[in-house]
Amino acid sequence: MSSSATTAPDRRAPSRGAEPDPRPAPPGAGSPAPPGKRRRFFLTDGWGALALPIAGYLLVVLIVPLAIVFARSFTDPTLGLGNYAAFFASPIYTDVLVNTFVTAITVTLITLLIGFPYAYLMTIAPPVWRSVLLVVVLVPFWTSLLVRSFALVLLLRDTGAINETLLSLGLISDPITMVRNFTGVLIGMVQVMLPFMVLPLYATMRGIDRRLLQAAEGLGARPAFAFWRVFVPLSAAGVAAGSLLVFIQSLGFYITPALLGGPDDVMLGELIVQQVSTVLNWGFASALAAVLLIVTLVLLAIASRFIDVRRIFWKEQ
Amino acid sequence: MSRLLVRGGLVTLAVLTGLVLIAPVLVIIPMSFSDSSFLEFPPTDWSFRWYENFFSDPSWRASTLSSLKIAVLVTITAVILGTAAAFGLVRGRLRAKAAVAGLVIAPLIVPYVIVGLAVYAAALQVGLTQTTLGFVLVHTALGVPFVTVNVAASLASFDQRLEQAAMSLGASPLTTFLRVTLPIIAPGVAAGALFAFITSWDEVVVSLFLSGPELTTLPVQMWSGVRVAIDPTVTAVSSLLLLFTITAFAALGVARLIRNRRLARSHR
Repeated sequence: MSSSATTAPDRRAPSRGAEPDPRPAPPGAGSPAPPGKRRRFFLTDGWGALALPIAGYLLVVLIVPLAIVFARSFTDPTLGLGNYAAFFASPIYTDVLVNTFVTAITVTLITLLIGFPYAYLMTIAPPVWRSVLLVVVLVPFWTSLLVRSFALVLLLRDTGAINETLLSLGLISDPITMVRNFTGVLIGMVQVMLPFMVLPLYATMRGIDRRLLQAAEGLGARPAFAFWRVFVPLSAAGVAAGSLLVFIQSLGFYITPALLGGPDDVMLGELIVQQVSTVLNWGFASALAAVLLIVTLVLLAIASRFIDVRRIFWKEQ
Repeated sequence: MSRLLVRGGLVTLAVLTGLVLIAPVLVIIPMSFSDSSFLEFPPTDWSFRWYENFFSDPSWRASTLSSLKIAVLVTITAVILGTAAAFGLVRGRLRAKAAVAGLVIAPLIVPYVIVGLAVYAAALQVGLTQTTLGFVLVHTALGVPFVTVNVAASLASFDQRLEQAAMSLGASPLTTFLRVTLPIIAPGVAAGALFAFITSWDEVVVSLFLSGPELTTLPVQMWSGVRVAIDPTVTAVSSLLLLFTITAFAALGVARLIRNRRLARSHR
């Protein structure tokens, strides 16, 4: 709607009592006002009030406990930065932080490398095959993470199906160690994270007009060049969204690395659980949690300058 | 020729990816019918003993019932709170709407390990660890975003003139909601309810913090069944869970398909 015809901006604040409202409508009511859209001085109108219960609920159940954890990292056992000093002073713990980042970055790159061609194939496949490809991505998405990680342990261990098959075929003479090490963590996390990469990628690629590629080729570009210079840039939003989802979730992983990783592959999440459940070191665990949360939020804040972060999570499934 | 090569490569990669995604899920089913106390694939002898064990063992039964009870209660509260929030966020005028929307998706962003640590500390203070109420309160927070996101998506495409038409024909606001609004947004509500249920039913990490000898959920017992001492019953439970989730989502998909067909027919 444009207000270019009238010089007066579309401002109907009822506070300007000095000016008589020319309309016969009740004060503050826009002409074809749908019910409940009256402007008030309250925080909200009738509809908006419906969002308040959950806001209050989440504040009490989630945000306040998180704030307490944050506070506790500075006060337990003594006031000050002792927990953080202990964390950054010990290479054992900083190694865990580095390992967490290295794992998350590697997982993100591998899922992108696998997910991109997969999502691309989904966009060019005939409808039936497209549905099959989609179901293949969705089935693990829906099934328990614990079940999948456990199943991978059974498949990948030294006496697992893969090693047994390769041994019986004579392709290898000793089993390949694929669990209780970094390889196991990577396989497990990529398996779990792949749907989070493929779905945003597919959502973006589906919207790309393929005639743009034809146009580029019509103008003399070779197919590979057209793909690289036209299709890939247009899918950047999906790449960013998928990578963000995978990376942020990978940082906080616990179950999969705990099951498939070895003693050298401890990530922050596992360290937090250890510190609380076995060492009962609440202050230190809280500091670890604060570090992980702050890293996550800073990454989101940086990402939100380039992409609409809220929309990614709103459209997660 | 090179195009054919590219396609071939893509298809090969997709098949391999598909195998990696599906194979673990499929391997677990035959293993669950093994007669051996050690996990083996393929099983040498077949039996239902792990299924029998699951249904007869009191601890497995107790954790299953606890999980079911918690998940049903979570679904109810999450659907009510989450649907209301979706109406508020889509239709309402709200100061700090962005902040409220951000708050609603916060449970999706904060790593579950941190959520677990925080709510465990809080639950210890108020004595809610190992209680159904404690689990329901926390799992509801985790499930609500899925309801709000799904219902908000249905509401965004909802034509509000339908409600005005119903009311101008004399329907009360409640009748309008029940007879016009709700049937139209029902798929969003159903999808949200299913996600909320699954979120609670499957949740391991936060539940590990809240569980104990007094109250343990099914995923937590499965966790100890694979971490502490390998219990082949886990393969039977996993297979049942797989069957359950796949059926639930297939039913949702079929319901959507039937509905779309019906809608398409009525528009003809």
